[in-house]
Amino acid sequence: MSENPNGYSGEHLLETTNLKMHFPIKAGILKRTVGHVKAVDGVNLKVRRGETLGLVGESGCGKSTLARLILRLLEPTEGEVIFEGENILEYDRRRMLRVRRHIQIVFQDPYASLNPRMTVGNIVGEPLKTHRIEGNRKRRVQELLEVVGLNSEHYNRYPHEFSGGQRQRIGVARAIALNPKLIICDEPVSALDVSIQAQVINLLRDIQKEFDLTYVFIAHDLSVVKHIADRVAVMYLGKIVEIADQKTLFDEPRHPYTVSLLSAIPVPDPEKERQRSRVVLTGDVPSPANPPQGCSFHTRCPRAQEYCTEHEPDLIPQEEGAHRAACFFPVEEGQRIEEPATSTPYRAGE
Amino acid sequence: MLEVNNLKTHFKTQDGVVKAVDGVSFSLDPGETLGIVGESGSGKSVTSLSIMQLNPKPPAEYPEGEILFEEQNLLEASDSRMQEIRGNDIAMIFQDPMTSLNPVFTVGNQIREAIRIHQNVSKTEAQERTVQVLRDVGIANPERRAKEYPHQFSGGMRQRAMIAMALSCNPKVLIADEPTTALDVTIQAQILELMIDLQEKYGTAIIMITHDLGVVAQLADKVMVMYAGRAVEQGTTDEVFYDPLMPYSWALLRSLPRLDTAGEVRLLPIEGTPPSLIFLPKGCNFNARCPFVKDECHEIDPDLVEKKPGHTAACILSLEEIEERKSRVDEELGVGS
Repeated sequence: MSENPNGYSGEHLLETTNLKMHFPIKAGILKRTVGHVKAVDGVNLKVRRGETLGLVGESGCGKSTLARLILRLLEPTEGEVIFEGENILEYDRRRMLRVRRHIQIVFQDPYASLNPRMTVGNIVGEPLKTHRIEGNRKRRVQELLEVVGLNSEHYNRYPHEFSGGQRQRIGVARAIALNPKLIICDEPVSALDVSIQAQVINLLRDIQKEFDLTYVFIAHDLSVVKHIADRVAVMYLGKIVEIADQKTLFDEPRHPYTVSLLSAIPVPDPEKERQRSRVVLTGDVPSPANPPQGCSFHTRCPRAQEYCTEHEPDLIPQEEGAHRAACFFPVEEGQRIEEPATSTPYRAGE
Repeated sequence: MLEVNNLKTHFKTQDGVVKAVDGVSFSLDPGETLGIVGESGSGKSVTSLSIMQLNPKPPAEYPEGEILFEEQNLLEASDSRMQEIRGNDIAMIFQDPMTSLNPVFTVGNQIREAIRIHQNVSKTEAQERTVQVLRDVGIANPERRAKEYPHQFSGGMRQRAMIAMALSCNPKVLIADEPTTALDVTIQAQILELMIDLQEKYGTAIIMITHDLGVVAQLADKVMVMYAGRAVEQGTTDEVFYDPLMPYSWALLRSLPRLDTAGEVRLLPIEGTPPSLIFLPKGCNFNARCPFVKDECHEIDPDLVEKKPGHTAACILSLEEIEERKSRVDEELGVGS
């Protein structure tokens, strides 16, 4: 199954360069474009083969749009999506269909993402049909159902006969049907009950090992991401504001937004909760149609200085090279977020 | 102040009787916070709607139990008496701030309505009070904001407006049904902070209904864990989190991905799904999913009994058996308790 037309064997399976999605806002009778919602605004990402890249952020930060851009379900305004060394945005329909085999998605809502009129067998078998995979389709589907922890006798049942967790398993079976290389998981557990979440998280980890999969795992819940991701990227208003390996990001976050996001999450431990000092951000996320000048986080940032309102930070490498944060005054180790930052902007202009 | 004794709320449906709440008891003192946790369908919301007498009758029935609020049984209270209590003495915040505000009236109008119904005040006084509560919940420019419609508010602001409305009559009990589930974490942190501040200021007792154990750990003084319509464990927050005595609460804590664990911990999922509330299994409701199940669990339906002083759990295992099984699995998983 691992035929590789380009003989590509680079370290990065997926790469996006300066990816932008600006949705036009139309108004008036003439439906003239009066502005743009900058849902994704210049995202550079590299996803290594076999890793799980966690993508976190609040609602409206552009994480789901980014997923759709990678799958080319949306045509980006600007930028490149490079899969196995080739820019798939230049592909025609036929070549696109071929590459889609290797990029699959698991959706958030297990109720809306399965057609209620199709049997489980047809749902899971549909990708095999679309891509004209030869062989005994029924047997293959039954195998897949067993891989995801369902019963092969479920073949002829309909989605409504299953619980949320089981439906999500069906969605996972469909995603792995074509032996893909990359699976985009768009909030795969956030619609599930707590006791069911762990089942699906463990399943995703198990099949990753078994089938050598690469994940882009989108979630708003940082505790879920901590459990599954090798590296984590934090998004805010269409941009990546911090990226690092899992341990570094959770132990030594640099960007004030990451710090406050981490401190906002309640921990199921009463003693720790009593001792924690929480950074409560004021205000709401600004509208992506009209993002603030300079650093897009400065309106809510407790450390913001004059400088931040005028200049836009790049993803600046921190002490450890792979750790990057888009902040002029990053939170230093052991420092509280409210403490005044150093007076000179960190590595500005480098 | 509020005492619920053996409350049963059943719904008659064509398929049979749904025992949404089946024998729940708890009490609440002034200024106290009770956290009710459970999965969807465990009966947490129906419990709160029963206190407010907001379950549609029929199909809802209350075959047994009582809800005593200041010595009065709310299950027997007349409709007009309930009108007086609802919103005035006991107020509620709902999960979804989008659908619980009326889109065709201004926010100020809706808060004023609650004040005018319950308190004998003039229009101007009601207006002043409206602006005051909006200011209390941290809405900037309350005079102007009161004249705006719900769609002009963001999600977090709407939830603040809901809290303002709930607090406008200084209720003695505030029932918050998943108040932050629809919100982002940074906004959730704002709202929870606000609730803690307001509770300190007004001494309101809070019933916090949530599926998020982290929220309970942050806010609650005591906890009730619900499963399939029953309370399966009750105790102080520390007792339930550090020494869970019902296998369900214990398993729930082990199944959570958490932010505060170091290194790689494999989650221990609870297998299966909750039972149907129409066809409850014989014996313990949790027996099909329980990691510590033994033969008797399929026969005996355990009552909620006191395992340690003030700490109750519904499980037939003795204290020693539970402790022994918990530490055995923890050792296998390699986690300290």
